[in-house]
Amino acid sequence: MEIRKEYFADERQDDLHEIGQSRPRSDLPGHVTGKTNYFADRTFPGLTHLKMVRSPHHHANIRSIDTSEAEKHPGVIRVLTAKDVPHNVYTILILIQVGPEDETVLADRKVSWKGQAVVAVVATSERAAQEAAAKVRIDYEVLPAVFDMLEALKPDAPEVNEHHPGNYYHYDSGDHRKVRFGDIDAGFAMADHILEQTYHSSPIEQAPAETTGCIVTPDGNDRFTCYTNTQAMFFTLDNTSIILQMPGHKLHMVGGTVGGGFGGKVDVIVEPIAILAAKLTNRPVSFIYSREEEMQISSPRAAETIILRDGVMNDGRLVARKVTGYTDAGAFSRHSPYGAQKGAAHYPGPYTVPNVWIDTYCVYTNRTPSSAMRGFGVTIADFALEVQMDKLARLIGMDPLEFRFINAYRDGDIKAHRQPTEGAALIECMQEASRVANWPVAEKYMAMSSRGREA
Amino acid sequence: MAIRKGRGVAAINYPTGMNLGGDPSQALVHSTPTGNFMVSLSSVDLGQGLKQVMAQICAETIGVPTDLVTIDTADTDTGPHCMGTFASRGTHRIGNAVRQAAEEARQVMLEVAADELEVNASDLDTDGTGNIHVKGAPQKSISIFDTALAAHFKRGRSISGRGMFLVPRSFPETETGAMKPATCYAHACVVADVEVDDETGEVTVVSVKNVYEVGRALNPKMVEQQLVGGSWMGISHALYETTEPYYPNREHGGTDFNQYLMPGPGDLAATETIVIERPAADGPYGAKGVGEMCANPQIPALANAIFDAVGVRIDSMPITPERILRALKAQAGEMRTG
Repeated sequence: MEIRKEYFADERQDDLHEIGQSRPRSDLPGHVTGKTNYFADRTFPGLTHLKMVRSPHHHANIRSIDTSEAEKHPGVIRVLTAKDVPHNVYTILILIQVGPEDETVLADRKVSWKGQAVVAVVATSERAAQEAAAKVRIDYEVLPAVFDMLEALKPDAPEVNEHHPGNYYHYDSGDHRKVRFGDIDAGFAMADHILEQTYHSSPIEQAPAETTGCIVTPDGNDRFTCYTNTQAMFFTLDNTSIILQMPGHKLHMVGGTVGGGFGGKVDVIVEPIAILAAKLTNRPVSFIYSREEEMQISSPRAAETIILRDGVMNDGRLVARKVTGYTDAGAFSRHSPYGAQKGAAHYPGPYTVPNVWIDTYCVYTNRTPSSAMRGFGVTIADFALEVQMDKLARLIGMDPLEFRFINAYRDGDIKAHRQPTEGAALIECMQEASRVANWPVAEKYMAMSSRGREA
Repeated sequence: MAIRKGRGVAAINYPTGMNLGGDPSQALVHSTPTGNFMVSLSSVDLGQGLKQVMAQICAETIGVPTDLVTIDTADTDTGPHCMGTFASRGTHRIGNAVRQAAEEARQVMLEVAADELEVNASDLDTDGTGNIHVKGAPQKSISIFDTALAAHFKRGRSISGRGMFLVPRSFPETETGAMKPATCYAHACVVADVEVDDETGEVTVVSVKNVYEVGRALNPKMVEQQLVGGSWMGISHALYETTEPYYPNREHGGTDFNQYLMPGPGDLAATETIVIERPAADGPYGAKGVGEMCANPQIPALANAIFDAVGVRIDSMPITPERILRALKAQAGEMRTG
């Protein structure tokens, strides 16, 4: 890696001692010699193991649950169902006033995705818990399921989640988040060319080396210590407090050393049920996802469908950009309404476009709930935007890099969401890319600056 | 049938911190009796090195070597609130909280040193190696070790500080979408070179040249590890990864690392990384969040390079050999019929 200090040299403070120095990481020797303690390295006398009974169906009513055989299985200490969970329907972002509560800790009347948790089994060994889980009998009435976002939005589609009628998230702006800037119709009317293209992605797993999990110990004073690899300690504590109707001071979260997150450990999934199990059994409880659970049960990055309709002039100026984005939340919200909204704030990308129209929808389908992942709300948008930029450049016979210079945002430009641009550096990144990749562009582009427009 | 070469470019920006703000983080800093500094947080190190960067920010601000700073995290009994480690927020949000806490602690430290040296605190400075001296008169000095001892056992002062950083919450206007989603943005431009086998649809990423603008590289080696790791993840996203290969069909999802495809070491491209720094006005020593943005531009750059190589557009991620071959066949069919 090289730092090219000639760019923005006058904005950098260079009299520092520790900042800007590649000091070796203090935790590195522990990591590379296997000495670092992760949550799962802890052992406790009498440790028990929690395994989940999960829905085999994408969508079904639960007629009955019979745990009698599982409870008799050797080693089983306790079997938990929805009626054991004090506040069973929750949503993570209720902490920042983003509702409604829409997800069960343990399903009671209905399952909405294949893999949804229904019954928790606590036993003295992982094997006993697994075997007992297989003895839980659940009678399902299978329902029609919907997997395609546009199908889910049709009026006669199966209802994925009773808290989201119509299978979309209800923003205060209606069935989608909106951004309106300039006059989109005028922009298209003046355009020399209009290009409309549709982009798709599929769900992606965060795939951390260390799977999601926690170990809980009852402290003997009605307090519980939870060793966890969550990415957000108080998110976990406060949501657990709500779900278990347990005051926050009864909960003690210990973490901070994690084997990779990438957004996959932002949901509050394992801790509340493990703490409840520790409370009801008065035993330490371990609940750790298997690799299969990490792959197919924990929230992936959402699939998206993005329709971009652009108006461009022969001289390379983008004059209109209309975006329709769909985010596949799966069966429950988790962080997806936030992600779809973040997408709305991101479009039309790092370009100054005078006429912009953005609609982003958060759609519910009968699949594993999606949630945060590195680049949340933006990664797939950038795929669509930057492939579209390539197509537009070729459409008007222009070099794709030069086309981006013409439209790049600069300090002072007003973005579609009506904030002035500050601290832009896209042009300088492209200038350096031109040099390092030996991708020549006209001298006028190499003379541009993000700090302002040429006279 | 042949190996075809192609080149593609993409340029992106990325916001630092939670969209629309409202994501606070706190830090507490105190000195031990012998002038070491403890930073108490509830922030999570995901393996990216958050603790090391916080130690360097604290050390820079107080004016001591980084070795003297210990990060105590993440325990909700002892660490003040942090929203969490996500949204490219750690370095920026928590770093600002650590800096503020360290500034307050430094001020007390200088006041104690001033009492010991019988000068004004405003006339003092640190040398970064563990000493405090009178500006312009380096011989008139006291060690931070002795200053901390004096604070504890003679002066009765707590060398400590509190830090809190919050970007206020913004609420989007319902009809126009007017809002303030972020305060600073990182940037990138990537050029990717590929070879595509038009018989098998296989893509070899020959090289990626990544230019990233990061605000300020607080620890360049750690910035590099994150940028290079992100670049590999971007390649993986572009060409390999999904839990539902035939989405929206729910079948055929991988359940382990044999079935869930990712590139192995032999599949990784020659990776060149260039960093540009435009310090963020509100970042700790100018830093922006770069954890997420570094994995984004490779995806479209590769899609564009593949088009440049074989003349087909794959507008669905991931761009698998199967999708490339199907597109090539469709293109050949069009040529025959057209």
